[in-house]
Amino acid sequence: MTSAIAVTGLRKSYGDNLVLDGIDLTVAEGTIFSLLGPNGAGKTTTVQILSTLIGADGGDVRVAGHDLATSPQAVRASIGVTGQYSAVDKLLTGEENLMLMADLHHLRRREGRRLAARLLEQFDLAEAAGKPASTYSGGMARRLDLAMTLVGDPRVIFLDEPTTGLDPRSRRTMWQIVRDLAGSGVTIFLTTQYLEEADQLADQIALLDHGTLIAEGSPAELKRLVPGGHVSLRFTDDGALTGALTALGTGFLDTSDDDRLTLQVPSDGGVASLRTLLARLEAAGIEPADLAVHTPDLDDVFLTLTGNPKDKDAVR
Amino acid sequence: MTTATATATAVRTRTLADSATMIRRRLKHMLRYPAMTVQLIGMPVVLLLLFVYVFGGTLGNGLGGGGRGQYLDYVTPGIILMTTVGAATSTAISVAMDMAAGIVARFRTMAISRASILIGHVIGSMISIAVSIVVVIGVALAIGFRPNADPVEWLATAGFLAVFVFALTWLAVALGLAAKNPEGASNAPLLLMLLPFFGSGFVPTDSMPTALRWFAEYQPFTPAIETLRGLLTGEAIGDSAYQSLAWSAGIALAGFLWSMRLFGRDPGR
Repeated sequence: MTSAIAVTGLRKSYGDNLVLDGIDLTVAEGTIFSLLGPNGAGKTTTVQILSTLIGADGGDVRVAGHDLATSPQAVRASIGVTGQYSAVDKLLTGEENLMLMADLHHLRRREGRRLAARLLEQFDLAEAAGKPASTYSGGMARRLDLAMTLVGDPRVIFLDEPTTGLDPRSRRTMWQIVRDLAGSGVTIFLTTQYLEEADQLADQIALLDHGTLIAEGSPAELKRLVPGGHVSLRFTDDGALTGALTALGTGFLDTSDDDRLTLQVPSDGGVASLRTLLARLEAAGIEPADLAVHTPDLDDVFLTLTGNPKDKDAVR
Repeated sequence: MTTATATATAVRTRTLADSATMIRRRLKHMLRYPAMTVQLIGMPVVLLLLFVYVFGGTLGNGLGGGGRGQYLDYVTPGIILMTTVGAATSTAISVAMDMAAGIVARFRTMAISRASILIGHVIGSMISIAVSIVVVIGVALAIGFRPNADPVEWLATAGFLAVFVFALTWLAVALGLAAKNPEGASNAPLLLMLLPFFGSGFVPTDSMPTALRWFAEYQPFTPAIETLRGLLTGEAIGDSAYQSLAWSAGIALAGFLWSMRLFGRDPGR
């Protein structure tokens, strides 16, 4: 598979403030890549550099096969960017914004008009097409922003915190749009401070903290990096619980259960280990009332890896 | 055709097409939000009426006994230049507002001609200034301004103003880019607003104290006003036209280079 984005040794500082300290990353074509990190980790700076908006202090970057340093205009022709703060012309209507993009991509008038109409329909903006973008809600402005990004048919799309500040429903709509885009073969580079978002969307995740990548992998791979997986077994009476503890030889009482009838047994949550566990219980003639598998989520990963309780709010 | 010239042609075509798009965008802004344009026309019209009807009788007598009618002829060129300065202020503000908005960040990440973003502002502003000047001259004619210019002199007036406004607009664009925010942008050209007063815009410079007269005679607005006055009312132009064109060329070049330099920087965080 060829890579849509290849970055080595990317560095950037503002004065004494080191923002990116040698980032390496590779994004395969047609996948969703998520750069995850708390506020101030350097996510936006990374997107600004990769999308040619600002210069880097060092490192090699190739986007869509073009060298960022020597052919920025070729990079620009292959990318689309939807930033954290909506990049729409607030004085123009939704339709005029899309036509502006069509004109700048030198589409024929009629072709532009047709494309604008299709995008307005697709992004549920047809009704508001004739209203100035200044009157749009946050979710609508974000959808218009993304629709404008799509006018040039970009091969690589940068989404900088696309759902920050959106209500849950708009967020889910945005997620579906992102999935559909990736389904059509577009490469997506997404930054987010929401673990759930990265978990939901990304094929690959890189964790950025204080300008360095501290981990990279698929959501499942990252979750495996931290211990803490267990099976929760709830019983109807104390006798069954004690019996189970004897049969399994390990386990902890879950203190969050007021009845003290829940046992937590360390486990990787895999099918084989579950089968073994249940077979042992059955051999001892014990039937749990309830069973739940807990695999670590990205919250656990993030907190374990950054080890910084100060960031806890940001990674909520 | 060699590859180099083919590329150059492609770049030129792209710049033209993108500039046209950006000019359309700017004109749409002006049509959609006419308040600014109305203010641009209103300010010099009020000044014109104020100076002619309140001060004009006395000032005109001081000019040589012609009263209000003579003063109207004297002051109109100065008011026309006041119009251009007021418009420059609005250009600086709209450039600063544009730079603060996300849309320009989007433009910067697109494969478009970067110069077109600024060219759109310059040409768009020139069009709005042209409209303002026509209205101001119309009002002056309506209240009795009687220029004796022939068609060639009118054409020369239009051409001369176009050059002057072109220079002033590039300076305004640079001031707008240099400003940290739209409020800052509205302050910078205020100084320019005063220059026609400290020149021959409203009274002849030889009526001023020596130090002020020296400044008045060597600042860029005085030769521009004198040239305009000469073209419209037949006063002697002397070398004012050359001086003014030299000033315009210098200001245009400085404004253009300064603008390109400011725009080429990484946008601030």
